[in-house]
Amino acid sequence: MSLDPITMSVIQAGLQQICDEMDMTFSRAAFSPVIAEANDRSDGIYAADDGSLIAQGAGGLPVFVGTMQYSTKTLIEMINEGTVAAPQPDDIYIVNDPYLGGTHLMDVRFASPFYRNGEIFCWLSNTGHWPDTGGSVPGGFSASATSVEQEGLRMPPVRLFKQGVMDTEIYAIICSNIRVADQRIGDVKAQAAALLVGEDRLNALLDRYGDATVAQAIAELRRRAAQQMRKSIGEIPQGSYSANAWVDSDGVVNEPLEIALKVTRKGDDLTFDFTGSSAPCLGPMNSVRATTLSSVYLAMRHIFPDVPISAGAFDPLHITGIKGTFLDAEYPRPVSGCAAEVSQRIAEAVFAALVSALPDRVTAAPAGTSGNFALGGYDPERDRDFVMYQLSGGGYGGNSDHDGLSNGCSTIGISKAPPVEIMEQAFPVLYHRYALRENSAGAGKHRGGFGLEYELELRRGSARASFVMDHGRFGPQGALGGSDGAVNEVTVWQNDISYQPEHLSKEQDVPLKAGDRVHVSTPGGGGYGDPFARDPELVLQDVALGRYSLEQASNSFAVVFTQDPLAVDHAKTQLNRDARK
Amino acid sequence: MPDQGVSQVVGVDVGGTFTDLVLLDQRTGAVRLAKVASTLDNQAHGVLNALQEVGANLAEVDLIVHGTTTTTNAVLERKLSKTGLITTKGFRDVLELGRRTRPQAYGMKGEFTPIIQRNLRLEVPERMDAGGQIVTALDEDSVLEAAQNLLDQGCISIVIHFLHAYANPAHELRAAEIVANIWPNDHITTGHSLLSESREFERGVTAAVNASVQPLLQRYIKRLQDQLTQGGYRKELLVMNGNGGMVSASRVSREAAKTVMSGPASGVMAAAYTGKTAGFENLITYDMGGTSTDVALIQNATPAVSNEIEIEYAMPIHVPMVDVRTVGAGGGSIARVNAAGLLDVGPQSAGADPGPICYGRGGVNPTISDANLLLGRLNPSKLNSIKGGISTGDIKGIFQSKLGGPLGVTAIEAAAAVIQVANTKMAGAIRTVSVSLGHDPRDFALFAFGGAGPLHATALARELGVPSVLVPARPGITNALGCVVADLRHDFVHTLNTPLDLLQNGVLSAAFAEQHAAGKALIEEENIQLLGVQALYSVDMQFIGQTHLLRVPVDDPDISTDALRSLFEQAYFARFRVDLAQIRANLVNVNCSVVGTREPLDLSTLLPPEQRRETLEKAQTGTRQLYFNAAWFDTPIYWRDHLPGNASLQGPAVIEQLDTTILLEPGDHAVADTQGNLIITVGALT
Repeated sequence: MSLDPITMSVIQAGLQQICDEMDMTFSRAAFSPVIAEANDRSDGIYAADDGSLIAQGAGGLPVFVGTMQYSTKTLIEMINEGTVAAPQPDDIYIVNDPYLGGTHLMDVRFASPFYRNGEIFCWLSNTGHWPDTGGSVPGGFSASATSVEQEGLRMPPVRLFKQGVMDTEIYAIICSNIRVADQRIGDVKAQAAALLVGEDRLNALLDRYGDATVAQAIAELRRRAAQQMRKSIGEIPQGSYSANAWVDSDGVVNEPLEIALKVTRKGDDLTFDFTGSSAPCLGPMNSVRATTLSSVYLAMRHIFPDVPISAGAFDPLHITGIKGTFLDAEYPRPVSGCAAEVSQRIAEAVFAALVSALPDRVTAAPAGTSGNFALGGYDPERDRDFVMYQLSGGGYGGNSDHDGLSNGCSTIGISKAPPVEIMEQAFPVLYHRYALRENSAGAGKHRGGFGLEYELELRRGSARASFVMDHGRFGPQGALGGSDGAVNEVTVWQNDISYQPEHLSKEQDVPLKAGDRVHVSTPGGGGYGDPFARDPELVLQDVALGRYSLEQASNSFAVVFTQDPLAVDHAKTQLNRDARK
Repeated sequence: MPDQGVSQVVGVDVGGTFTDLVLLDQRTGAVRLAKVASTLDNQAHGVLNALQEVGANLAEVDLIVHGTTTTTNAVLERKLSKTGLITTKGFRDVLELGRRTRPQAYGMKGEFTPIIQRNLRLEVPERMDAGGQIVTALDEDSVLEAAQNLLDQGCISIVIHFLHAYANPAHELRAAEIVANIWPNDHITTGHSLLSESREFERGVTAAVNASVQPLLQRYIKRLQDQLTQGGYRKELLVMNGNGGMVSASRVSREAAKTVMSGPASGVMAAAYTGKTAGFENLITYDMGGTSTDVALIQNATPAVSNEIEIEYAMPIHVPMVDVRTVGAGGGSIARVNAAGLLDVGPQSAGADPGPICYGRGGVNPTISDANLLLGRLNPSKLNSIKGGISTGDIKGIFQSKLGGPLGVTAIEAAAAVIQVANTKMAGAIRTVSVSLGHDPRDFALFAFGGAGPLHATALARELGVPSVLVPARPGITNALGCVVADLRHDFVHTLNTPLDLLQNGVLSAAFAEQHAAGKALIEEENIQLLGVQALYSVDMQFIGQTHLLRVPVDDPDISTDALRSLFEQAYFARFRVDLAQIRANLVNVNCSVVGTREPLDLSTLLPPEQRRETLEKAQTGTRQLYFNAAWFDTPIYWRDHLPGNASLQGPAVIEQLDTTILLEPGDHAVADTQGNLIITVGALT
């Protein structure tokens, strides 16, 4: 018997709410600020046979949109092969191996079989970013690691909870290999509690609608999500669309890494062909397969936000040509840059390829870097070591409707940056400025958003500064005639002598003494459309507000101003624009 | 009644569409109500119209309490007084940069307009560090110069917001003195005065909102007070704050930001008051209007309060406010069949104009209200559709072509599906609010009000596992009623941020005592008859290493640290089912609310007793065909005001009144209580 669409809508909403409630439970109880404040976590429901995505929390970190089904799939395969112990009810597996459907080591996955009448009905799983999983640098983002062992403790799938009871022996091994281990028990309990909430709620849903009906709805919803994605793809004219995007360097070898992408619509499916992208790299700017696929999915979801998160939505998207490239790195390649940086370059390539086909939906390139600046050192006043992270935003791309947002968060995240006051409370630093980065927005009919500029000083003790950022060599791409946004810039002042990293956006362990300063300018967003088509009055407004200098506004937008009072000379502007065409 | 007590009390709430007024005469038990169109350019007209409509003799009115949307609308529409900012050198863009986010998780579009423009944000040399030590002395000449510059640019209000002023406000206070010398009015807001907490963006926005609505609110309230005085009113007007308490007109604009959300807050206060009288101290309020639905949680007759409300994207107002969350759908939410061939309801809304098809104002999209009409739940003769040339048949035709056809069902089945999907979504949203505040909705009763709330309430309750629904006597004027029953209230937050085991003896009780004294002093300045002044204490705590806080109510202000630790652990376990005995606890904030409790009011006459009929039959106005569970039922229609005092009704039934329609589905059972409330026992899930 076929299921009526109304019951299906109701079951779809019910599954979504279960995942949202798991997300909420996890964040509120977590200790890791990355989970609790930045929502760097995700919860979902996955199919019993192949781990395919049934539903996932709407508030999950976007980069996890496609990774968790591969993680669950790999686990199921390993159980079937007998390489991982078979599950019992109330078991919870823990795994963080990047090559088994993961991202970087810090993203720790829990997975639990959900039983009905003695059989696995589906899997519940979640991922949370732990503040540390060991390795050569606190926090795990080493800009110069050359193998995964240097990045931290790698766990294969093992049952951390056996029939509801935590295996304290496994936990002891974990704790002996990670920093700030005493607080991790809070995250472990929060992560497990979220799965228990999911179990309770899913049982209630199944009791109400019946197992067979829900199973039927899940299958039908997958088919319909595929249909919805195909209908969206129908907006793209048939044909092929190519674009490139570049990572500055891998942090070890100072050469750009290229992402070459050709998107082809055939029928109502899309193929993303990455043939010609750079080979796997020595440093940590490799991506793993699951992260690469997920980056394409999240880019598509940014373009079509109405399509629900479900395996069906991914069915019409085919990704090829990544084998042998840095987008499908294998053991023991270092991968700490995959989720934070490479994923954003992949999304940028998707945006750049499709903006001409979907000019109303796709924006010019956003800043696209997490702007990770880590400062680790010793605070003599408090007699203790510290590790501080400053993640920063940048400008978003201009688009068909309006200018890009200033200081937006990373493409793959949704997190808030910490306030300066909180940073100064916790760490021996003093910020001298935290400001809009003037002149950084890419010019266009709709300009990009502006980046951020901050400068801080180490007040006491000594410390080492590390940077894992990007877009230092190439600015975020403009679209449809718009200009690129400004590049990321890092300057370290040691004894009033300025120093710029050789790799521009990446550097490890720059020594700082009290009084030394770090100055970071994050990228502006790419411009959208011809800058000469921008309303000169809007250019004037940006000048009046000090966002662009008079000189830069005149150059980029070919606007002629009169002084006292500052105004646009429309006639001369028109002549100037015609002449410079 | 005590002979010195108040007798005539007026509550008046200005909403987006209507201005509602309730006048209670406690001596005679007389109740007079008015619902007039709001006059949004100058809300005072609507208020005076409403007073006129009930024929109030202002000389005999003892108390007028006013809920206003002046400040909320000004912020949301950015119709603000021209305001300048003086801030720490290097930090003028804090208000524009925000916390590095985007408006939605998916989709890279979106805009943000800061509340003060960049050319009106000026910097001066000065700097405190996080410990409140001076790093750079205040450059007083620069302050004067900046203030003059802002005056020259036409600012009429000013914010002084310095980094770490919560730790040491000396520079802000000195700068305010300097500015006051040349500033032509008293519209000077310092960042630390409303909110003495770290986080420069949130504190700065709160101060900027305050400054930019202060002149508007002051002008409005003064004009209204003058007009009331001319009309013979001898007392001072009182104004509702977002914390559900009221303050006098003369001091309300000083902290104007606190009046944001005052309307929704007063509705929740009315719910708490009504629920307590009816014996329901734990409530989820459910206020469904035309475009949105507001939900709040009440425990032990006390509404949940939050000081982390964000009234729109990147617009945090961090002062204590009743925690009202806007969720899901309103009557105008549009139903459509999406690209996957599934039925979806909202978030698009037909709004108030054109509104649902059945409003007859040119709406063409099927909405929740239209579905209710087709299923017989709304009375077609009460709607304007006919006037607008739209028949029920026309609406049916639209449902058939836009929904029924694509879904392969009849128009009526489509309408039932719209209600079912909308209810599922609203129930999910209510559940999320409740869970996010740490509560299981099944432990609460649903308090349904607003124009559309009582129509959906029992179905939602069933969905949520909530056993009973309370529909107050006058669901459509709940906000105005909240004004009438509100207490005087002042909230204080003090940040200690100290590990509990390092907390020195007496520090906590001293902080509580200081807050209590400050609140008492403020309340004693008001010229209001009170039963007593009461202090409510709580602390915000966390385990060391966490960033989220858990609020723990404290009965005894002299509580020992051991007792506090165990209170916190209990609260934490109740919330998360997680026991973390091995981790130390941290005491972050000390909170005290000082409440001046007013005489209780008798609300039993809100439905006039003389209107009541002896039997249910006599209250029945007719029958209509209603559609439930795929079948039509002959359903009796009652007039609420005519229900007998002890009425007992079995669903299905419809109870109509001027301001709302109440639906009992098959299996539901309702009884009227002595206060005129309907208490509905929700039938089992079918």
